Parts: sequence; C-alpha cells; structure tokens
Amino acid sequence: LCHFFIQVENVRLLDRLSSRKAVLGTLYLTATHVIFVENGSETRKETWVLHSQISSIEKQATTATGCPLLIRCKNFQVIQLVIPQERDCHDVYISLIRLARPVKYEELYCFSFNPKLDKEEREQGWKLVDLNEEYNRMGVPNNYWQICDVNRDYGVCDSYPTEVYVPKSATAHIIVGSSKFRSRRRFPALSYYCKDNNASICRSSQPLSGFSARCLEDEQMLQAIRKANPGSDFIYVVDTRPKLNAMANRAAGKGYENEDNYSNIKFQFIGIENIHVMRNSLQKMLEVCELKSPSMSDFLWGLENSGWLKHIKAIMDAGIFIAKAVAEEGVSVLVHCSDGWDRTAQVCSVASLLLDPYYRTMKGFMVLIEKDWVSFGHKFNHRYGNLDGDPKEISPVIDQFIECVWQLMEQFPCAFEFNERFLIHIQHHVYSCQFGNFLCNSQKERRELKIQERTYSLWAHLWKNRADYLNPLYRSDHSKHQGTLHPQIAPCNFLYKFWSGMYNRFEKGLHPRQSVTDYLMAVKEETQQLEEELEVLGERLANLQKSQLGDNKVKSKQQDRSKQLRLSTSNNSLANTPQEYSNDLKSFPSRSPSQGDEEDSALILTQDNLKSSDPDLSANSDQESGVEDLSCRSPSGGGCLPSEDSGKDSDEAVFLAG
Amino acid sequence: MEFAELIKTPRADNVVLHRPFHAAVEGTLCLTGHHLIFSSRRHDNTEELWLLHSNIDSCEKRFVGSLGTIVIKCKDLRIIQLDIPGMEECLNIASSIEVLSTLDSVTLLYPFFYRPMFEVLEDGWRSFLPDQEFELLSSATDEWRLSCINKEFSVCPSYPPVVIIPKCITDEELRKVAMFRHGSRFPVLSYYHRKNGMIMMRSSQPLTGTNGRRCKEDEKLINASLRPGKRGYIIDTRSLNVAQQARAKGGGFEQEVHYPQWRRIHKGIERFNILQESLIKLVEACNDQSHNMDRWLSKLEASNWLTHVKEILTTACLAAQCIDREGASVLVHGTEGTDSTLQVTSLAQIILDPRCRTIRGFESLVVREWLQAGHPFQQRCAQSAYSNSKQKWEAPVFLLFLDCVWQILRQFPCSFEFNEQFLIMLFEHAYASQFGTFLGNNESERAKLKLPQKTMSLWSWVNRKEELTKFQNPIYEANSLVIWPAVAPQSLQLWAGVFLRWNRPSQYLEEAQEEMVKIIKYNKELQDKVKVLRRHLAEIEAAERAQGHL
Repeated sequence: LCHFFIQVENVRLLDRLSSRKAVLGTLYLTATHVIFVENGSETRKETWVLHSQISSIEKQATTATGCPLLIRCKNFQVIQLVIPQERDCHDVYISLIRLARPVKYEELYCFSFNPKLDKEEREQGWKLVDLNEEYNRMGVPNNYWQICDVNRDYGVCDSYPTEVYVPKSATAHIIVGSSKFRSRRRFPALSYYCKDNNASICRSSQPLSGFSARCLEDEQMLQAIRKANPGSDFIYVVDTRPKLNAMANRAAGKGYENEDNYSNIKFQFIGIENIHVMRNSLQKMLEVCELKSPSMSDFLWGLENSGWLKHIKAIMDAGIFIAKAVAEEGVSVLVHCSDGWDRTAQVCSVASLLLDPYYRTMKGFMVLIEKDWVSFGHKFNHRYGNLDGDPKEISPVIDQFIECVWQLMEQFPCAFEFNERFLIHIQHHVYSCQFGNFLCNSQKERRELKIQERTYSLWAHLWKNRADYLNPLYRSDHSKHQGTLHPQIAPCNFLYKFWSGMYNRFEKGLHPRQSVTDYLMAVKEETQQLEEELEVLGERLANLQKSQLGDNKVKSKQQDRSKQLRLSTSNNSLANTPQEYSNDLKSFPSRSPSQGDEEDSALILTQDNLKSSDPDLSANSDQESGVEDLSCRSPSGGGCLPSEDSGKDSDEAVFLAG
Repeated sequence: MEFAELIKTPRADNVVLHRPFHAAVEGTLCLTGHHLIFSSRRHDNTEELWLLHSNIDSCEKRFVGSLGTIVIKCKDLRIIQLDIPGMEECLNIASSIEVLSTLDSVTLLYPFFYRPMFEVLEDGWRSFLPDQEFELLSSATDEWRLSCINKEFSVCPSYPPVVIIPKCITDEELRKVAMFRHGSRFPVLSYYHRKNGMIMMRSSQPLTGTNGRRCKEDEKLINASLRPGKRGYIIDTRSLNVAQQARAKGGGFEQEVHYPQWRRIHKGIERFNILQESLIKLVEACNDQSHNMDRWLSKLEASNWLTHVKEILTTACLAAQCIDREGASVLVHGTEGTDSTLQVTSLAQIILDPRCRTIRGFESLVVREWLQAGHPFQQRCAQSAYSNSKQKWEAPVFLLFLDCVWQILRQFPCSFEFNEQFLIMLFEHAYASQFGTFLGNNESERAKLKLPQKTMSLWSWVNRKEELTKFQNPIYEANSLVIWPAVAPQSLQLWAGVFLRWNRPSQYLEEAQEEMVKIIKYNKELQDKVKVLRRHLAEIEAAERAQGHL
C-alpha cells in the first residue's frame, strides 16, 4: 500500500500565462511523486510530477492569499503553487528538498516502478538493443578491427565498456600504453565504422602531453587507426574544445596531440564550450522562456544573449566536419575533448546520425544512444543530477544532442522514422529515473547495481508504443536518405530555431494548435484499415462470383467499420481559446463612469473586472466554442502529459480516488 | 515610346548565370521590353529563366577587366548574378535594365501587353463584386444597405463605387460624415459576425483637430451600427501619443463623451518608412554571409520585423476577441485607414470567419479589404528591400499581412484550404505581375486605367483547376470554429518561405510536401475503391436475394 507523506487542501495551482486560470485542489506528496488533484470537476484532473524531475524549489514571500511555492523541473515544466498556510508550505518545501535529492540509487523511482511485466518480458526488454549486433551491422570485427579484451574486468578503464573495438594491429601492449597516456585512461576506441570505405570514427580522452611529453604506444595507436583505413594516408584528430581551453590543459599535464610527434595526423580544433558554459547558457535561455509576456525584442535578445543556439550550431558543425571527412574524404577521425565523455559523445553521435540512415530509424536511434552515450560512460548520474551531488557537474549535454537531432528533423522532414515526441520523451526519461537505462555513471556501476535484473528498459517501453512516435513523412526508400545527410553549412545560422516544443513544452498555449504529424498518422491508420477492408471485400466478391448461387450468409459486420473512421484534427478544441492578446486584456478600457477624458480611456482592466462590472459585455462569453476552454489551458494538466510520463500506475490512482 | 530604343544590346552570348544552390551556367541573355531572358543549353535540355523587368528592385554593375558583372536583386528577394563578356554589352544591358525596371507610366507595364496562353473560363474582374457580398449579408440582417453615393468616386476617391452602410443613414448624411473623415473615408461595414450579429467597421481618423470638432452625422452613423443596449470598441491602430499628435494636423480621434457607447483602445502598429526600414534590415540579415550565430539573432531582433508581426496579429486578435467573446461591435481606424486598418480588419476576419480560410474566400477578402478598400498597392509595392531610391510611401504593409496569415496557417495547418505557396504567389504578384489586379492605388485609378478591359485579372488565372492544385493544402479539413492564434514570441517564426526562400536548399521541404500529398491522395483513392466495391457487392447480393425469392 502506498502512502503519502503530506496532504494539503485548498492549494492553488497557477497558470503562468494567465493569472485568471488558477485552479484549486489538493496537493499530495508520495514517496515518488508530487501530485496535484483539482477540486470539484468530475474529471478531477491530476498533475503528477516525479521527484527526480524536480530541479529547484523556491519558496517565495508569503502574500495575503498564501505562501507561493515555485517548482522548476528538469523537463522544463514550471509549477507555481500557492499554499494557504505558511507552515504547510514550509513542510512541503522541506520534504521536497529531501525527496528531490536522493542519496542512494535505491531511492530512485525505477526500483519501485512496476509496469506489471513478468521476468521474461523484462529480460526481453533489455535485449532489444544489442551492441554486439550493432557492431556486426557496422561490419566489425573484420580484417582491420577486432574486439579487445584488455578491459574485460574494467582493468584498464573503468568508465569504458568491457568490449571495445580497436584496430587489429593495436596489441594489448599498445592499448595499455596508450591508455596510460590518456585522461582517465580512455584510450582511442571505435565509435563508428563505415564499411563502404573503411573510414572510421574513434573516440578517446585528451592525451597527457603537457608541454612536451610523448608516448610511443599512443603514437602507435593512432598509427594503427590510420592503417585500419588503407585508403587514406592520414587521420584527422579533432579536439572539440576551444583552443584556449586545450592549451590551458597543457599546464596541468594534459593537452592535445602535437602534429610533429604523430606521423600522418591532421589536427583540428572545433570549439565547443565546456559543461559549465552550457549549464549557464541553458539557465539563461530558460529565464527567457519564463518571462511573462515578453516583447519580441526581449525574447530574441535574451535568446541571443543565452548563446544557446550558437552552442547547438557548434556541436552540429563539429558533427558535420567529421561526417564529411568520413563520407567524402574517406578519412578516419579520432575525436576527443577533455575526458571524452561529453562533447565527444555529442559529436560522435551527431556525425553517426548524419552518416548512417540506420540511426535515423527508431531502433537505430536507441542503439546510437546506447552506443555513444550509455556504453562509453557518459556520466548520466552526475550530468542530470539523479542523486544528490555536485551541482557543478550538472549540464544539459544530452539535451543538446537531442536538440541537434530536432534541428536536423526540421531541415530534413522525411529523413527520420521518428517524430518530435520521441525525442521529448527520451529527454524526459533521461531525468525521470523511471527506467534503469540511464542510471549511474558507467557500465561498471550499472552492472554492480544489477540494473538489468532490478529495473526495466526504456527502449522496450518506447518500442511497445512506437506507433505514437512515428513520423508519417518518413521515406526510408528514398535515395536521398539512403546515405549521408548534407546539412547546409554555408551561412545557415537562420536554420537554427528556438525549440519551443521542448523548452516551453508544458505551455500548450504557445504551440501550433493542430498537429500535422497527428493528422497524417490518423490518415495513414485509416488508409491501412481501408486496405484491409478492400482485401476482404475483394475476397467476398470473388466468392460471390464463383458460387453464383446465393450463399449470402457471409453477411458481415464490415459495413459499419468505416463509419467510425472520420478523422478529426483532434486539437480543434485548442483552437478555441483566445490568448491574452493585450497583457491581461489591459487595453480593454475601463468601464468606469469616468469617461470622456482621453487619458482615461487608456485605463485598463482585466477581463475578470470587466465581466463582473458589466454583465452586459460578458453575456456572450459562454458560446458553443467556449465549452472546450477547460481542457486546453491547464498549465500542466493531465492532458498535457503523455500518459506514461506521469509514471503513475493503477494502484496509486485507485488509492487517490479512494 | 518604343522599347527597342531602350535596348541597345538585345542579346549577349556566353553569359554566365550564378544563383545560390545552383551550379553556374553559361547561356544567352536576351532583353525584351518586359523581360530579361536567360537560356542555356546543357546536355540537350534547355533551361530558361524569365524575369520581369518590373520584378527588378536594383541592378548593380562592376567590372574586372573587360568582364562585366551585373548583380540583379529582385522584389521577390532573389539575387542573381550575370557575368557578361564585353564592357560595352554589359553597360548597355545594365542601363537598359535600369530604365525598363523603373518605367514611370503604368500603361507601359507588362499587364497591358500580356496575352494569356490559357483559355479564360471565368473573368476574374467580375469574380468578386460588392453586390454578391451584400446579398450574402442580406440573408442574415436587414440593418444595412448598399449605397451608390460614390459611384463616380466623387465622395471618396479611394473607396469603391458601392459601399455598405447602416440602413438608417441617408446619402446626404453620409456626405457630411465624409467631410469629417480623413480622405473622406467614412465608416463602412467590413464584417458581419453571423454568430452573434456583431459587426466590424473601418474608416479613417476623424478630423477633430485641436479644438475637438464634432460631427453629429458621424456620431449618428457610428451609433447606428450598434444594436440597442450594445456597446462597441473603437480600435485606433495608433498609439495614444501618435493619435494625439495627429490632432495638430487636423486629424484626431473620437472623444468618448461624444460616442458614449464606445470605448477606445489604442495599439501601436507602425507605418511607412519604419516598416520599409524593417524589411530592408531583415532581408539584409537573411542575406548575411557571416557564420556568426549571435550576429544573426541580433540582426533579426534589430530588424523589428517580428515585432511588427506580433503587434499586428495581436491587434487583429483583440478586434476578433471584442466581437466574438465580448459580444461588442468594433470600429477600426488609424490615420488614413488604408494600411494598418486593413491589416487588422482582414486578419480579424480570418480568425473569425471560416469562409476567409478557403481559397475563394481569401481571394474575396483580398479584393474587398485591400483592393476595393483602397490600399495603395502601386505606391506601397513600388520597390522592395533592395531599392536605393527610398520613397516615403513605400511600405511592406501587404507583405506583413501575408506574413501574419502565414503565422496563423502555421499554427492551424489543417484549417486553411490554401497552402503557403498561395501566400507567396500573392506576395510576388503584388510586387510584379503579368496581371492587372494589383495595379493602381484604388478602384478609381483602376477604372481610369480601364484595367478590367485592358488587362487580365490574376483571379482568372489562379482559379483554373490546373493552377489551383498547386495552391491547395492537402490536409485541409473545414473548421467552422473561430481560431485563436498564439502571439507569444515563442509562437511566431520568421517566414522562411519568403525571407530565406533563395538562401536555403528547398528540395527536402518540397519532398515533405509531396509526401503529404501522396499520403492523402492514396487515402482518397482507397476510399473511392472501397465505396465502389461495396456498392458492387450490395448490388450482387441484392440480385441474389431477388433470385432467391423467385
């Protein structure tokens, strides 16, 4: 039986966009969720927020109406509550601070989340994405590449997976030697292999070169990578840091490759800023998103000032550079940053996505994240603050990668099998801790925790619901999408757009009111049913014509089928809510009797006042289309969350209802 | 005047054409009275580029040795470059283009020479007549009448001959109202909201001046538009400050004491050179070759284009909200009532009236609220973003309107019968066209130019089946509701289809469009097939039953 720690009545949930739309309800705190249940209405609309989604809680100054509490979430939801009693507010605040910052993995939701699958189903789920299969698909092992087992027991590098592909000519001696010359012993390993031309993308951390140090084995390692691509006489070494940062690292005995020491490398900086810059940039952008009725200038200026799109473009540019090197020049690339687990992961996966259409399928995208992020020790726990830790470790690294994919989807609408929703849900679950995939900082830690035995896989869950994530415009057959995507790299700043679907995700009022994707998916579904019916009808006709004699018992139910298929653009209801077109309708002039004076006429009232003071004017506000208002403007309500987002299962729901 | 005199070099060979996203091609350049024609022959397929001289916004020439280069910037925002061997040829061609693209006389423009290559099934000049509109209105209300007071354009030169006014107002009273309004643009009916009987009127500013002149007839007219006990809003598209300043020049705004049932709302929609500057800056930003993201965003911001879009849309939404939600009538005006006023009244109708979201309905709206309403197209669209000669009456007012429509279309992609291409087409034709539709500044000028007799209407061409299919939105589902667009900065986007049209690769977007059409088409085919089969089956079964009964 589930219990909740705190229950507070008469709490108001505010709508950020419109002060008029506050709703009254009851607030519950359970072991895993914050739940707000609206009073009154028979639907009892619920808002569920996982504790692991909470990024900050802010208690604001008490006002006459109560004590405001602001909860900001990692999935960009912002919840504003007003709790009548200061003491209750304090209790909620203190509890949430504790609940939002678990100290042990076992406290995370995935250990209690039970989707009611049996053991076998769970195991099957974890097998959905198989990296061995993926490397085979790429074409390794082969004459040039093999699995090395030096890291079998994480003996060489504890943040690497046990199975790593390296050039065949790289002996264990070379690998171990090279690993000692690399930060955190992250030696160069295969990320992507292009079987058409043998070019590859390898990844590592920075070399410990300082101002002059060399390492023969490391030099041999890079030479081995070059030899694994016989068609090319050099490799690119791409350092994804700004040059200044890399140089500064030399003083600490780290740094970058000296072209003079390595035979046949071309060294290249591609400046992507570090996690601290990115964290601040996101922070600034979110402040812009949170502005109350900003002007266009406020918004654009703030967006520019945040630098966010500039950073996204830097990541894309790096990915494009590598994809070009591999696809067009047939040259292998070694990518690194400092530790090789943030920018390197971003850049390798963007490049892979551009190069290989497989990664643009739903399954392939899961594989890509599993390969470049999960297996190579991207520090999910630290970056996304799953457990209480150093706030300076937190940074939206994978969020940026996900946005790069979205930017590409906007430029290549037919190239991806999945849709925007798929990306948004993955982002959500990176933080939700509802599934075990992204727990911990490395494969080693996950194995020690026995994640696969104790939790469920997100990929299986997404795969089961894949119909929701399909892009109706996807054309796998199209020749243009068979190979490399070539995004425009010439002046293309304008192609990078603010992603309101992500960062203003919970403010449905800001988004297009009708979804082309949903509409087309409905049409496709209908088409499929029509195809089936056509077949059945064809058979019946053939039968009838064969047995001319009236064997018409086969009278069927099919007739009624297609009647239900009338499509509707489901969001029409949303179409029917006016926005606040003039800052709380400020421009509606005062209805007060002090008229005649021009200045007075600019006096401004909210619509509420307008209604109450003048029933005449509000008489028409309840027209047929207004009925739908309720459903579409809740700031965070049930309708907005994808069903599984809330992570509630029936037990809890029943409990609440009772 | 003979065009031949203006064309000293009618033809040049070995000219190289450069365009973004196309390989340079060599070919022959020809100049005619109205076109610049470039044709190249490569691997047996001929490629031709036809450019109307009237589409050319600016033409720059430069030389490297004897190789001349002409950069042509068009009103549809495209930029092409022609390398022409021979200094003399190049100079001749450039000077011809300069003259031919800036002809003074309207009657020398292409529409007066154009002969359609298609069969004219419907005369577009007669497709949208005020009488038809009034007939529709009469079926809903009898509170309004048609007035022919302006038959000879004698009362208001920028109004059409026939206007719709409150029934109880006589033509004599109307004459007096006209004297009280800027440019004689007295209040006329713009829209009748069938759902609740509320109306929208438009006019120009009242000439109150500094001493607060009144006009009883004006007050009577405006009040007559209200039903008993109802109230209205006057939406002045100017800020209060601007409106107050207008009084010094004899203009002004309605004093609420004199119009007690009305409340005034001021909004700040910009006009004229501010809009033109904004367009110039925006296009400059879009053509910026730098790789710097910050610079792009700050240039976009500094252009203020999206600020204008937001302001116009917001005002239109407010007007629609007053009508539909507050159950009030609305009068919209700015200064002349020919620019921001029309943006607001036409956008409000798109929000409120599903008919305006159909192709024909939208055409009718453009005719009623822009052409007949006297938006001075010829002045406003004389030049576009690249021109050096800055006249103060040029302004992208209509383009801003289309941009706002596009924003709504983007937010309600299933609620419009037409697609983005339709809007882009209207933008192009407003600035340069083989058709006479957008020539002249008002109906009076069009009548004097005898456009309906001497030129072809755009609508005659567009409304043919072959053309229409290009402009149809494959995912249109008639939506009878009012559609409320979002106007937050996050909800508005740069209209890439116009402003980045020539700077971005389009193949992937076109492909998406094709795919969409394909999905819908296949679905329709199957529906038809199923229908046929079902009927067929039913017939056979019925026949068998009949046999069985025998």
